[in-house]
Amino acid sequence: MASPVHRLDARAKTLVTLAFIVIVVSFPLYEVSALTPFLLFPIVLLSVGRIPMLYILKKILIAAPFALVIGIFNPFLDREPVASIGSFTVSGGWLSFVSIMLRFLLTVGAALTLIACTGMNNLGASLAQFGVPRVFVVQLLFLYRYLFVISDEGGKMFRSVELRSEKGRPLPLRVYGSLIGTLLNRSMNRAERVYRAMVARGFEGEIRVLLPSALRWSDGVFVLGWLTFFSVARTWNLAEAVGLVLTRFLPGIPQ
Amino acid sequence: MHMADALISPAVGGTLWAVSGGLIVFCARKVKQSARDNLVPLMGILGAFVFAAQMINFSIPGTGSSGHLGGGLLLTLLLGPAAALLVIASVLTVQALFFADGGLLALGCNIFNLGFFSAFIAYPLIYRTLAGAQSGALRKKIAIVIAAICGLQLGALSVVLETVASGNSELSFNTFVLMMLPIHLAIGLVEGLVTVAVVSVISQARPDRFSMDSAETASAVSRPLLIGLAIVTLVLGGLASWFASTNPDGLEWSIAKVTGKEEIAREETGLHKTLSEFQEKTSLLPDYSFKTDEPENKTAETSGNQKEPWPSGNAGTSLSGITGGVLTLALACLIGLALRLGGNSGSRQ
Repeated sequence: MASPVHRLDARAKTLVTLAFIVIVVSFPLYEVSALTPFLLFPIVLLSVGRIPMLYILKKILIAAPFALVIGIFNPFLDREPVASIGSFTVSGGWLSFVSIMLRFLLTVGAALTLIACTGMNNLGASLAQFGVPRVFVVQLLFLYRYLFVISDEGGKMFRSVELRSEKGRPLPLRVYGSLIGTLLNRSMNRAERVYRAMVARGFEGEIRVLLPSALRWSDGVFVLGWLTFFSVARTWNLAEAVGLVLTRFLPGIPQ
Repeated sequence: MHMADALISPAVGGTLWAVSGGLIVFCARKVKQSARDNLVPLMGILGAFVFAAQMINFSIPGTGSSGHLGGGLLLTLLLGPAAALLVIASVLTVQALFFADGGLLALGCNIFNLGFFSAFIAYPLIYRTLAGAQSGALRKKIAIVIAAICGLQLGALSVVLETVASGNSELSFNTFVLMMLPIHLAIGLVEGLVTVAVVSVISQARPDRFSMDSAETASAVSRPLLIGLAIVTLVLGGLASWFASTNPDGLEWSIAKVTGKEEIAREETGLHKTLSEFQEKTSLLPDYSFKTDEPENKTAETSGNQKEPWPSGNAGTSLSGITGGVLTLALACLIGLALRLGGNSGSRQ
């Protein structure tokens, strides 16, 4: 990978992303404006890494329903007015709802950014270096490798079912059961073949993950820089400060 | 049932990360001890199978809706508790990383809710007890359905406890429980039926697939069972008592809260009026926020609520907050755009 973000050590990126998520989630319930500076982190990484923003946004939107379903109750249950803009009163519920959705955007965006800028193999290696059990790391890498193979197989089966049945109607349980059973059977056969192939190539029960070389100074700068930014943005409301400066110097902007 | 990061607090997320991390270490050790080295590719591919199986829906008999396989119990039946938990955990991790399904901080919660209960409670305690050693096919099927229902109910209850303990959702414990448990009763029933359907297909086509299930995991069950029970009692007990202490009486409390809110909502016009009148009199943002205490007092009187509102809850702060927020957003996007353009031109030259 060519971009500077991809060249960074996976451990540095994992560490910063985890810190980011914990800090974002640690804000009080009604906080909205102080969260906005945190958008800088995923945006900078995605931009420097030249990852298409729309692609990430689409993935975030697909996952939005769960946070939406739980968060949408807040405006109805918490109607206490907490703030007003001009003549428009904002209730606590709406504020916390907006805050929840913003947190969702930030945390999910950061996770997707991490994987997009790191790649699964490097992430697995960094997890192993952090002390995650080998068996689990290998399981993750294996799952990732065969995810698309087995999904393809499933996709083929389901397409053939679709061709033979009424369009758009979900299957009856019996058909579904035998279909999934067949898929399971095929997957396990595949696992046996893979296992034999691995044994033939000298597999002894453990996969060796290639661990990348030592940390460089740029990784240190990356970690320190972002952690400093996060702690500054956590301590002071940067967005409000910007707004304050703006409203001071430009009196009479719209109410 | 996947929880998102946005809904949990760092304390809850961290605690369950520790619990699930411990579980993973424990299970990894168990899997390593087992002599079956063909378990490694089998686990990986079964994880991929769960993904593929979730691509298609089937119709739930009697209703208009559809559902799909969760897979926790099926994996446990095929692999035994320790390996199944690792597979479920890896599936959830990949879902969190690639599909934005559940968050990274919430990963601990999700592994616990979806993995622990089916692998270490539903399978050893419920399925094994009900199915017995040499039982008939029907009894096994019923045991699977009951185990699936119990596993999902416990998981759903755990979701509720974790969400309420985090305090981000305004839903009260009772409302949330009443929302989640009946839905997951249905989902659990469906999960059980699907698992039975798949298991019977497999055991007809390849009876040897399930032979390992009784032979190899039987000895490994007793200890995780006890440890599992201990952990679950501790966690649930801790969460429940914490919750009970902050909200003395569940139902009355939630009713009082809802009705209290109704009154506030009706009086909102009054407050709304005073605030807007006040807004007209004052010039914009004289000193960061409004000078006099008058509107603060009025807010307190009209709402009549001792709960502390927004920490800096007044119009002045919120306006500059919003201006600043929008500006920061624009700034962040601009920075991103600049970096992108710079990077692109750099690569083209």
